[in-house]
Amino acid sequence: MNASESLHVEIYLPLQKFQLDCSFQAGCEVVVLFGPSGAGKTSVLDCIAGFRQPQRGRITLGNRTLFSSLDGSDIPVRQRRIGYLSQQPALFPHLSVRQNIGYGLLDMPTEERDARVDSILERFRITPLAASQPAMISGGEQQRVALARTLVCQPELLLLDEPLSALDLALKSLLLELLFDWQRERCVPMLYVTHEQAEAYSLSRRVLVMEAGRVVADGEPHQIFSAPVSRERAVLSGYENLFEVVVEETHPALGTMTCRVEGTTVRLESPLANKSAGEAACLALRAGDILIATNRPSGISARNILDGRISEIEDRSAMVELHVLCGGGSGAETGFCVHITRGALQNLDLQTGQTVWLIIKTHSIQFLRI
Amino acid sequence: MTSPLLVSLKLALVTSCLLFVIGMPLAYWLAFTRFRLRFLVESVVSLPIVLPPTVLGFYLLLEFGSRGWLGAFWERFTGHTLAFSFEGLVLGSIVYSLPFAVQPFTAALASVDSRLLAASASLGASRWRTFWRITFPLALPGIIAGFALSFAHTLGEFGVVLMLGGNIAGRTQTASIAIYDNVQMLDYQAAARQSITLLAISFALLVIINALNRKWNWRLR
Repeated sequence: MNASESLHVEIYLPLQKFQLDCSFQAGCEVVVLFGPSGAGKTSVLDCIAGFRQPQRGRITLGNRTLFSSLDGSDIPVRQRRIGYLSQQPALFPHLSVRQNIGYGLLDMPTEERDARVDSILERFRITPLAASQPAMISGGEQQRVALARTLVCQPELLLLDEPLSALDLALKSLLLELLFDWQRERCVPMLYVTHEQAEAYSLSRRVLVMEAGRVVADGEPHQIFSAPVSRERAVLSGYENLFEVVVEETHPALGTMTCRVEGTTVRLESPLANKSAGEAACLALRAGDILIATNRPSGISARNILDGRISEIEDRSAMVELHVLCGGGSGAETGFCVHITRGALQNLDLQTGQTVWLIIKTHSIQFLRI
Repeated sequence: MTSPLLVSLKLALVTSCLLFVIGMPLAYWLAFTRFRLRFLVESVVSLPIVLPPTVLGFYLLLEFGSRGWLGAFWERFTGHTLAFSFEGLVLGSIVYSLPFAVQPFTAALASVDSRLLAASASLGASRWRTFWRITFPLALPGIIAGFALSFAHTLGEFGVVLMLGGNIAGRTQTASIAIYDNVQMLDYQAAARQSITLLAISFALLVIINALNRKWNWRLR
């Protein structure tokens, strides 16, 4: 990592719902900005790119100061040499693919420009599209052209705002490969915004988690995603079931606790946390971590076996989402969201109203920060 | 002697060309400014739409006369009054047709996707380059429409011309005034001839504009 190529960001900007107040650095690396919609990720990129002005702060790239509220410097967008790509390719509709890609090189002599455009067309395997108008090519091709148009200018920093979220998996991996090859070659910082956990895992060894305008975690993806700390991040990380519970008993010797879902008679055994009996807590559970049985299972290691009734079956194409109501009796019922495969649905011949048993391992339950 | 129709066409052409030059910067400012009192400027620009042409003509006549600030200034430099001259008609028509050029221009410029302008800036383009390479070509249908509207509106102008031009044959007598004169003199044949010509020109103009716009939008689709 070379200090002259690194990005330093310190920004403070009051937004409608919260204050954007964050600082971080990035060297020659891919950094994922991860967080729920409306956490301020795009605003951070806009401040760095120059589309928004922070109220206070300082942004430097290498030895250039892009923005500083101290001396009032604010370099215009066009002089920042930052590549910005969002979900929309934003190709100029009246220009051909070749003209779009050459747009950032208009100050160059024609021959040199043509050579650069030709080489990137070839590298991105879009040479046959060169003469086409953007409206004539597919969405994936448009995004490829937009990426080529950004990279051909040789930016000193790349800002990517969910650039591939509208594309299918095969195309996504092709574009990521092109993008990462380029990043490694030129060794520039790259900020990649996403709200998809799987993407964050696959993209980078460094993830910055943003919540309500602040960076709340900075580290490797597996450290960050294994233990959800807040409700927003739990929902985002694929914890579909969140329960308010009261700790009934702790079993330090066994490393577990018994919790009762508030207002119901449903009891769950969870891993031991720093809580004592009578305290309130919040638990998270992934829908995919719950097993379904049509008969009461026996001889099984899982400590949580709850009987319930299927209230809804929803086909989600790749999988099936079941809503199961447990408890009842003297208290209110608790709804569980369960994901199973379509094969399992057919095999078990599950119907709405049917009684089933939910099987939940103790350690698939996570405690959340309240 | 120039025929009334030629006077009208010349007036419309000169006016719409000048309105393009004056109206574009004004429209650009209106489309992109964050100035809070923008609506005041917009209201002033739109005033000629609601004002009776005779009222507008009356105020312009006062201003263009020897006692008016502009009229006196003009007289000192050119030796003749601004009122009752072709130049006076052009100035009056510019004010009269201003909203018909500026409003379509503004709408056309504002309708250009701001993400394209952001993309242009992040690719290193100056504002000037962004305007000529991106904003202007994409707003072109609306700009052509504004040009055509101001042309057609000036072509059919009556009240302001009557107040300002004084109906001097060959210089300030436009087609619409000639038609009015002919009707007054019960020469219905001449009035009909002139009316049908004006109708044909206006219709042809609109057909051409709409066809151009269609072709243009088709290219962008």
